[in-house]
Amino acid sequence: MSDPFDHLRGLTAARIGLGRTGVSLPTQRVLEFQMAHAQARDAIHAPLDVSKVVSELADLAPVAVESRAVDRRAYLERPDAGRRLSDASRERLMGPCEVALVLGDGLSARAAQEHGPAMVRALRAATPDWGWSPPVIATMARVALGDEIAAALGADLVVMLIGERPGLSSPDSLGAYIAFAPQPAVTTDAQRNCVSNIRPAGLPIAEAVRKIVAISTLARRLRQTGVALKEDDALALLAPERQAIEGQKN
Amino acid sequence: MPLAADIAGTSYVFPDLRTLLAKASPARSGDRLAGLAAESDAERVAARMALADVPLKRFLAEEIVPAEADEVSQLIFESHDAAAFAPIASMTVGEFRDWLLSDAATPEALAALAPGVTPEMAAAVCKLMRNQDLILAARKISVVTRFRNTIGLPGRLSVRLQPNHPTDDLRGIAASVIDGLLLGAGDAVIGINPATDSASQATLLLERLDELRQTYDIPTQTCVLAHVTTMIQAMEKGAPVDLVFQSIAGSQAANESFGVSLGLLDEAHEAAQSLKRGTLGQNVMYFETGQGSALSANAHHGVDQQTMEARAYAVARRYRPLLVNTVVGFIGPEYLYDGKEIIRAGLEDHFCGKLMGLPMGVDVCYTNHAEADQDDMDNLLTLLGVAGCTYVMGVPGADDIMLNYQSTSFHDALYVREVLGLKPAPEFESWLQRMGLMDDAGRMLPEARRDAARLLSFAGRG
Repeated sequence: MSDPFDHLRGLTAARIGLGRTGVSLPTQRVLEFQMAHAQARDAIHAPLDVSKVVSELADLAPVAVESRAVDRRAYLERPDAGRRLSDASRERLMGPCEVALVLGDGLSARAAQEHGPAMVRALRAATPDWGWSPPVIATMARVALGDEIAAALGADLVVMLIGERPGLSSPDSLGAYIAFAPQPAVTTDAQRNCVSNIRPAGLPIAEAVRKIVAISTLARRLRQTGVALKEDDALALLAPERQAIEGQKN
Repeated sequence: MPLAADIAGTSYVFPDLRTLLAKASPARSGDRLAGLAAESDAERVAARMALADVPLKRFLAEEIVPAEADEVSQLIFESHDAAAFAPIASMTVGEFRDWLLSDAATPEALAALAPGVTPEMAAAVCKLMRNQDLILAARKISVVTRFRNTIGLPGRLSVRLQPNHPTDDLRGIAASVIDGLLLGAGDAVIGINPATDSASQATLLLERLDELRQTYDIPTQTCVLAHVTTMIQAMEKGAPVDLVFQSIAGSQAANESFGVSLGLLDEAHEAAQSLKRGTLGQNVMYFETGQGSALSANAHHGVDQQTMEARAYAVARRYRPLLVNTVVGFIGPEYLYDGKEIIRAGLEDHFCGKLMGLPMGVDVCYTNHAEADQDDMDNLLTLLGVAGCTYVMGVPGADDIMLNYQSTSFHDALYVREVLGLKPAPEFESWLQRMGLMDDAGRMLPEARRDAARLLSFAGRG
């Protein structure tokens, strides 16, 4: 007899129809779960290979900075430390520029490592006339670290690409946080727009770039980001540019 | 009046109750983040010693969060029941702990006491209690609520079926619901966290859940866990709303960060009750809480996170909710660092909620950046089962693919029912047996049975 769950499993990525031995999970299912958890944990604790990212983006003269969180435990326990630049890092940031572009490890260095350089290039290629900063590669970074980086660069907009908290089925998800006129320790999360779940099995890079460019464009027009800026409005505004961006995929 | 303890020649002085409560709290990362934690283990115990001598009456005289600008504090003082408080009115916090663990604290005495216990009293005594004390005392308290079934009876453990989907896909959600029903979950509520918070989306999901419930005559309630304002809109448009959900916290400012006030909750409560959809009772609210939410909203007023959490229960009990649960490990390691801290907090929240008269459940859970794993969740789930927890979550395979965290699974709930001899809500238990999903001894049957196959076919219908 066929497994009645066969067709249901195709309807959702949720872990349904796992079977049971007594009331418990079969061995294979227990081990599958442990592997998914291990991969998520590894994504959180693995360090970003900064020199590799820097060499991949060498022609764009990237700048490496770090937050005030001294190690991973401090990073996890003290989000406030991850939102502040180390003193040495601040001196490496030379402005002025219009848009600060930051790639941070966040909670998944793997996401930043694997998708970050491609995102940086795709964003810049889509908007060649924007006054982008050199890519700033930030470690032990929280989202709000981008505010201080933007301030140091004199930028009026920040695009923070950062590894998202890994889910069990998504250890490599990158998020993009956009804030207009960010101010360190003042800008709140309600004043940001987010494009989430950027990864091959989630939101593809080209689609993510389209959304980020749309939101950034509307942000500069409205001179604000956050709850007042709706993604749908931004995308509608940018409709003519869509072909231009998609044309670059090939 | 300062509070002090002299220990082996060292004098510890605490300027006020707020400071004393924070310093007496078991160690956790959120209190360290807020700069409120004891600076040494000895200071922590000294604070507990000083706290043990504080008369309970002092909590009625000294404000922890100034009531002048905080409607939660106002609610706490205004709703205090002096008659219910009378039996413990002359006790200190330490004597209160001794009484709770004594034979004098019967289930009846504890039920009568609840309206006389303020959140700060519950939090204070909690800080003097070991994990086994929290379990023993909570186990004596039963809080029974009703909508279409009976939640919270002794010897029962209910399960919220949580069939979330990252894009609210109806068939994907239905597949998870069916999986859960076949594994005996869903008697607390079938409740979806929507990916999109809109009245039209909520209505769509509720209509589908209501159709399923009616088709199979399932004695349970359904809920879409959208914002309370969304549900008010949905009710105005005639959506089949059983329960209204809202996340709440322990200060006015924290609730404002959630976009709610007591006035708004009053309005939602009234609207849901006016629908009269409950067949056995009219407990129509469902609340979620969790330590650290006030701090994360910068709305904690210098109060430790466990005390702020207990204050959220004062908000909850105003509405006689069907269900309340703390989402204990969801918030992350900056508030509860590891399995030990999550386990402690889960037991604290369950005890304080029950003591204050709430039908307390727990989302036994963790995120991937916390130092915790399935073994820690097994420990907490088992301890809560022993403590008489009202309900836990049921998520397919423990993996919530929408909220990206790990909760308890349908299998986990079956495990704790089996090892502790716990049963589902009685009406739901009868339904499981009627559907051929459970035998008379309470064992789940294979899903190849005929009625189970009918359920399976529902999910495929789209």
